[in-house]
Amino acid sequence: MKYLQGKFPILKKQALARDVYRFWISCQEVAKIAQPGQFVHILPPGFGLRRPISIAGIDPEHGILQIVFVIKHEGTRILSELRQGDELDMIAPLGHGFTLLPEASHVVLVGGGIGVPPMLPLAAYYGEKATAVSGFRSFQQVILQEDLENYGASTICCTEDGSAGAIQGFVTTPLEQLLAEGVDAVFACGSQPMLKAVAELCIKNHTYCEISMEERMACGIGACLGCACKIKNPDTEEIQFLHVCKNGPVFKAEEVIW
Amino acid sequence: MADLSVNLCGIDFKNPIIPASGVFGYGREYEEFYDLSELGGIATKGTTAQKRTGNLSPRIAETPFGMLNSVGLQNPGVDHFIAKELPYLLTKNTVILANIAGSTQEECAEVAEKLDATQVHMIELNISCPNVKQGGAAFGTSCAMAEQVVSAVRKATSKPLIVKLSPNVTSITDIAKAVESAGADAVSLINTLLGMRIDVHTRRPVLRNNMGGLSGAAIFPVAVRMVWQTANAVKIPVIGMGGVTSGEDAIELMMAGASAVQVGMAVFTDPYAPVRIVREINQFLDAKQIPAVRDVIGTVQPW
Ligand SMILES: Cc1cc2nc3c(=O)[nH]c(=O)nc-3n(C[C@H](O)[C@H](O)[C@H](O)COP(=O)(O)O)c2cc1C
Repeated sequence: MKYLQGKFPILKKQALARDVYRFWISCQEVAKIAQPGQFVHILPPGFGLRRPISIAGIDPEHGILQIVFVIKHEGTRILSELRQGDELDMIAPLGHGFTLLPEASHVVLVGGGIGVPPMLPLAAYYGEKATAVSGFRSFQQVILQEDLENYGASTICCTEDGSAGAIQGFVTTPLEQLLAEGVDAVFACGSQPMLKAVAELCIKNHTYCEISMEERMACGIGACLGCACKIKNPDTEEIQFLHVCKNGPVFKAEEVIW
Repeated sequence: MADLSVNLCGIDFKNPIIPASGVFGYGREYEEFYDLSELGGIATKGTTAQKRTGNLSPRIAETPFGMLNSVGLQNPGVDHFIAKELPYLLTKNTVILANIAGSTQEECAEVAEKLDATQVHMIELNISCPNVKQGGAAFGTSCAMAEQVVSAVRKATSKPLIVKLSPNVTSITDIAKAVESAGADAVSLINTLLGMRIDVHTRRPVLRNNMGGLSGAAIFPVAVRMVWQTANAVKIPVIGMGGVTSGEDAIELMMAGASAVQVGMAVFTDPYAPVRIVREINQFLDAKQIPAVRDVIGTVQPW
């Protein structure tokens, strides 16, 4: 089994910031096989299309997944109104996740805003070998810094207005410094401009980098070709439309054409 | 257990439910959920002569009880389809409808000719594509263009030829009669209705292609109407689709005159939709003590 569809109960719900929610979901089968960087495809009750949401925690032992999402439109608002004990209709786990590098001694996890949650399973894997650089607009949006630290990662929090964290400005400022000191790999998720800046910095510094992309999706499993993303094969230079749901969401930085 | 089998153009279907072209790829992804042999048939992703990369993203937008798509016929080309996808599909013990398209009638005929040499069961010609040699209007929007492209494809293949009609026309019956006279063995309808959404905050269309095809429950009443009109206008069998999400929807299209039913967007909501719909059809027939699904075809009693 690669993925399955089912209805899974919400064990616990938490508000992390304004319009940002965390669910703990009981789903033994999915938690057993899910990998960092994969996503779940959730059907908000009453809607026709599912919403892809990154996996923010994998606990195979207790059969629990975590997700964190922000209310963007009506679908995610309906999801946010679900309560403990309600069931989520999900297809999961989906997509091609982040590469786990057992040999790495120092990796950087770059998350922007709602791109921070998928860094948690990576922090769980890399522990003290990880530096998590997170970027937010302002202090109201800051989430999950303690969770990252609890896994052993060191955190660098940046806000654009300087209202929280050590750095005023973008994630690229501390990232440049870390790259100069030398890191084995960078993993990133966030807005497109942030990902582009991170990818360019890593390519310039010859540092291995993987980024998690986002696109509007329908099937979520690679059949409908809805979520196309322009990808270049770095060896042959051939340009293809690959699909965020199946070939991604994680791609190598040098493959993505912006 | 009612008899769910239907026969179209001499081909036996174990049940009338077929995932529609473009939502099901070549079936592989859905095999994680169920055995493809549970399906009456599979309409494969539209295939063109050469590989096509499709449109830029976003290609998908949700709309009330429906969706817009502008995938733009992304596909690996007919040679790849025949070499890499078709042999596998043909082992699945279900009827394979190879959906084809092209931007000229020559391209459509070329693809059909290549498929004619394979074991594929049926060809479904999508005439909703723009005809680049004649100003870009879809083949399926003029009787003359529809007739020409169907005649060209008819000459290229002796396989059962289904012509898939565009609903973006003033008179669906005129087009259906034109393709019937040009040699179609069946018609399928409806393809998507042309639509558009705009993000009022950015003033940008939601789809990168500006416009796209509307599908899903929102278009079901249009599908019922067009299937009914068409079934009354032509002698060849009609395959109905457009917004089917339940067994009763499928029965409704069959009562309107469809001999089989395709399921599109519903598989995104529920990947099990096609097999669930087969089950629900059976439940409906059993509850009404109707022995065979064939018995409901065209049985609407219009006022
Ligand atoms: C994502 C997507 C891709 C499609 N691709 C094709 C295609 O390649 N060829 C075709 O004839 N129809 C294509 N269609 C149209 C469907 O086969 C079907 O006619 C239409 O969606 C109406 O059915 P529904 O409301 O059940 O989805 C596509 C539809 C969708 C949603």
